[in-house]
Amino acid sequence: MRTTSRTAALAAATITTLTLAACTGPEPENTASTTPAEEATTVTVVTHDSFNVPDEVLASFEAESGLQVEFVAPGDAGTLVNQLVLTKDAPLGDVVYGIDNTFATRAVNEGVLAPYTSSAAAAEDAAAYAVPGAEDVLTAIDFSDVCLNYDLTYFESAGVPAPTSLTDLTDPAYAGLVSVTNPATSSPGLAFLLATIGELGDDWAQWWADMTANGLRVTASWSDTYYTDFSAPNYGGDYPIVLSYASSPPYEVIDGEPTTASMLDGCFRQVEYAGVLEGAEHPEAAQQVVDWMLSDDFQAGLPENMYVYPVSSSVEVPAEWAAFAPLAEEPASVDPAEIDTRRDEWIDAWTTIVLG
Amino acid sequence: MSPTAAQHSDGLTVADLVVTYPGRPPVEAVRGVSLTIAPGETVALLGPSGCGKSSLLGAVVGTIAPAAGNITWGDEELTRTPVHRRGFGMVFQDGQLFPHMDVARNIAFGLRMAGVDRDERDRHVKELLALVGLEGLGARAVGELSGGQRQRVALARSLAPRPRLLALDEPLSSLDAELRRRLAVEVREILRAAGTTALLVTHDPAEAETMATRVRRMADGKLI
Amino acid sequence: MTSRAATVRTRRSALSLLRWWAVAAAPLVFLGLFFLFPVGSVLARGLLEDADAGAALAVLAEPRTRSAIATTLGLALAGTLGSLALGLPAAWALGRFAWRGRALMRAALTTPFVLPTIVVAAAFSALFSRSGVLGSWGLDQTPAAIVLALVFFNVSVVVRIVGGAWESLPPGRALAARTLGASRARAFAEVTLPSLAPALASAAAVVFLFCTTSFALVLILGGSRVNTIETEIYIQVNQFLDLRAASVLALVQVVIVAAALAISARAGRARGLTSSVGRLRAPRPLERWGVAGALLPAVLLLLAPLTALVERSLRVSGGHGFAHYAALFTTPERGVLPVAVWQAAVNSLVTAAVAMLIAGVVALFVMSLIARRSRRGALLEAIAMLPLGVSAVVVGLGLLLTLNRSVLGIDLRASWWLVPIAQAIVALPLMLRMLVPAARAIEPRLRDAAATLGAPPWRVALHVDAALLRPTAAASLAFAFAIALGEFGATAFVARPDRPTLTTAIARLLSRPGPENVGLAFAASVMLALIVASVMLISERWRRFEGSGL
Repeated sequence: MRTTSRTAALAAATITTLTLAACTGPEPENTASTTPAEEATTVTVVTHDSFNVPDEVLASFEAESGLQVEFVAPGDAGTLVNQLVLTKDAPLGDVVYGIDNTFATRAVNEGVLAPYTSSAAAAEDAAAYAVPGAEDVLTAIDFSDVCLNYDLTYFESAGVPAPTSLTDLTDPAYAGLVSVTNPATSSPGLAFLLATIGELGDDWAQWWADMTANGLRVTASWSDTYYTDFSAPNYGGDYPIVLSYASSPPYEVIDGEPTTASMLDGCFRQVEYAGVLEGAEHPEAAQQVVDWMLSDDFQAGLPENMYVYPVSSSVEVPAEWAAFAPLAEEPASVDPAEIDTRRDEWIDAWTTIVLG
Repeated sequence: MSPTAAQHSDGLTVADLVVTYPGRPPVEAVRGVSLTIAPGETVALLGPSGCGKSSLLGAVVGTIAPAAGNITWGDEELTRTPVHRRGFGMVFQDGQLFPHMDVARNIAFGLRMAGVDRDERDRHVKELLALVGLEGLGARAVGELSGGQRQRVALARSLAPRPRLLALDEPLSSLDAELRRRLAVEVREILRAAGTTALLVTHDPAEAETMATRVRRMADGKLI
Repeated sequence: MTSRAATVRTRRSALSLLRWWAVAAAPLVFLGLFFLFPVGSVLARGLLEDADAGAALAVLAEPRTRSAIATTLGLALAGTLGSLALGLPAAWALGRFAWRGRALMRAALTTPFVLPTIVVAAAFSALFSRSGVLGSWGLDQTPAAIVLALVFFNVSVVVRIVGGAWESLPPGRALAARTLGASRARAFAEVTLPSLAPALASAAAVVFLFCTTSFALVLILGGSRVNTIETEIYIQVNQFLDLRAASVLALVQVVIVAAALAISARAGRARGLTSSVGRLRAPRPLERWGVAGALLPAVLLLLAPLTALVERSLRVSGGHGFAHYAALFTTPERGVLPVAVWQAAVNSLVTAAVAMLIAGVVALFVMSLIARRSRRGALLEAIAMLPLGVSAVVVGLGLLLTLNRSVLGIDLRASWWLVPIAQAIVALPLMLRMLVPAARAIEPRLRDAAATLGAPPWRVALHVDAALLRPTAAASLAFAFAIALGEFGATAFVARPDRPTLTTAIARLLSRPGPENVGLAFAASVMLALIVASVMLISERWRRFEGSGL
């Protein structure tokens, strides 16, 4: 009995503490910046954890539109669509940014998206990247080419020429030189698997088997392959050929000289889309956000802020990108509908071939 | 809260006290004990371990709820009174000194609870330290005390708030024989000097004889 | 007469039961809302929608699943044994003797526990790579590499839990055995070890559960070749959108948690320790070598990856320097992060402080209810310990599924509060593992002693329980704070991109090319390690009274 009254006393004390904590805890919603007189509509953007937009670009959009923009990012790019599918009965927000073409069809088929076709100036450019059959729900915003990168300094002295095609790499001369990521755990890994399927057709499985026999290294995520394995001067790992993006080499320029380059054969063009979410609370505001993402202001910042190419042809990419980040001329293409139906099967097959 | 000497005139009455511990079947540790202690008297309950004497003591002090029976002080019914309002002190078998307080703070604890101000507390603690023969050891950590010193502190601590009844639960049993004999005499003198009414539980007849003014034997949950 | 008393007592115990549940309501509502309900709704979606017991069982029968379960148990067992093997000698050295630098060593050994796994995994894989310092060991992408990393993370748990118990063990006990003719070894085996059993069991259970849910370590160091239940859940949810398989696997995790806790409870049933207030003595000359030797393996395992980590943070184009540390205080030009890393650190500190408060309040409630053993207390304890063994993916997904609509009128959608709440849930079991043994070690008769001296119940709680628990409570709060700082798994689901914490900032920096980004990520990790070590060092100062527990 004494124990319980002791408990009660303790409980009373803790309740007080809790209340105090609740009252004095930090109030993160910036109450200062909103004027209490007019209640601004808050539009919620669901995105991935790499999303980044400069404060001033966001602020000018908020000022122009009278909207207040909030962001939620429940994970990385690879998990975004699945999370939207799981929460479609009570959407996480009004508009999504960051669905890519490896998962786009799943999002469309699951009815996550509401129709909207932007009439922004850059919409015409964006249309070139549209997912067939989903033109009315997904608006392309940016893209990047997933390509193998290689260490220029290594191939200067190795006595082997830098590889130029996927089929080069099965040559014993390149044994133990290549590091890629697992398509089941890494979004560029999946993109690269699709690149080999698009490029090599039915021979893709044999190519991976040959690569495995040739000492292919597989890691779980892009940062393991790029930061730990890459032999480029900035990292000093053991593998001169690694999976990355066509846009990566500009970041490895030392004293004006590139130290890495992309192998532009066997690339997959990963396109990121925005769309209004089905069941959005503020669909019109969501549409404004999609338009904003096609605006010059937003598009121009994409290379610097998210390391991707803008779809809009009216903005310029940074000079170093123009110099060191050429795009693949003919990226491999795989029909998004086929990706959706066969993705799991391909990943399973890949796992059996490569990881055994 | 601290009872004044005037209240000491009444004495303890225990009537038909029963203590049971839950179990299958329940264990009857104390089976209908009646007992009175006059003011200033020291009664010893003597008996082998497991005879129920400690349970009886616990029920008197209030740390154990009796299943039946009554405990009164004079006319004051105390059976349902919580421990801290009975005005009874207790010396535990192994002292139970507060390990996070030094000797002086241990002794002063009851005075703090009674709301005695600091100066008077300090003065009183000094007196009690002298009474138990530990002058100057107030700042000692209790972990650094010997067994005999610990029990002296425990005694001083329980006497500090001037309890109207002091319960002593095998207060010397953890000490060696020689020390026990010496301390038994000392405790008796201290209790006499303070005029405290006391109920002592022990299994040692010699200790009971030395310390108590009256000895009652207990066996199998009953007084004999 | 007796029967009337019996009725009174029944009524009284009914009242106390009622009170127990009334107090239990607070932690139960918290855990229910932010853990049980979210996890339950994932399981419900996975198992009840198109309920098909056959299909669910088929998941279990798949070789892939069975091998994941076997791998999980094998890795966790090896990780636990390794942590005990390295942690026990260190616990002895830290818990038995007083020496200069002991507090610093304790703090240092705790640091790995809360470092972001992605960064430590990167440091380890650099060590094991072909040209790495330990490349010749041939451990790259092997289970052995994972086990070493698991030990690196979890040695601190053993050191803290067992070392704390060792400190409060009266040295007299082993000495008594030796005077009875026992050799040093026998005295250890027959007296010291059994006395440490509850702490050992507790530490082993925590480490085991941590190992079973380790995610980034297994994925990165195993090169995605090693599959555990946790990585399997991740892949099933994020790649294959197979909630059924994920739910079955999550249930397997719950079974493992329950089994681990039951075994630990059984092993730890030996008489608990009562706190003693002995003074630690300085080691004698010969013992100094013992202390050094006992600490060496743990320190080596600590230093190897930490050195690699620091080296990477100093690596700049063409040499080494402090450029990345300077960059911590400027907003990155090329925007990977919307704010400077130091601002992310401030976000982290604020969030972790709130998480610590939340976890502390809930832990106090739970502790006060389960300190006295009872069946209902055991149930509550089990529920509170569950977050230790349930996949962060499932918890995070659950929070996503349930809290994107208003629950009981509270709309936490996109709320900043979700981050500290998620962290608090992760920290709670560990706080309890420290607090509960300490609370149980309080000698109940001390409370009686206080009451006979006139202390009403609230003053007993204040002057006895609270006073005796203060050092442990302070240490456990510091630990909770550090855990919250380093938490990533569940945080990643509820974090907001415009308000990164240190761990989410590090993850983002590591997702973009460029030496500045990776350098900054490592510098930020070193900063995180330093913050954590400082917090731990400060908490050492609160341990003036060496109670049992941590």
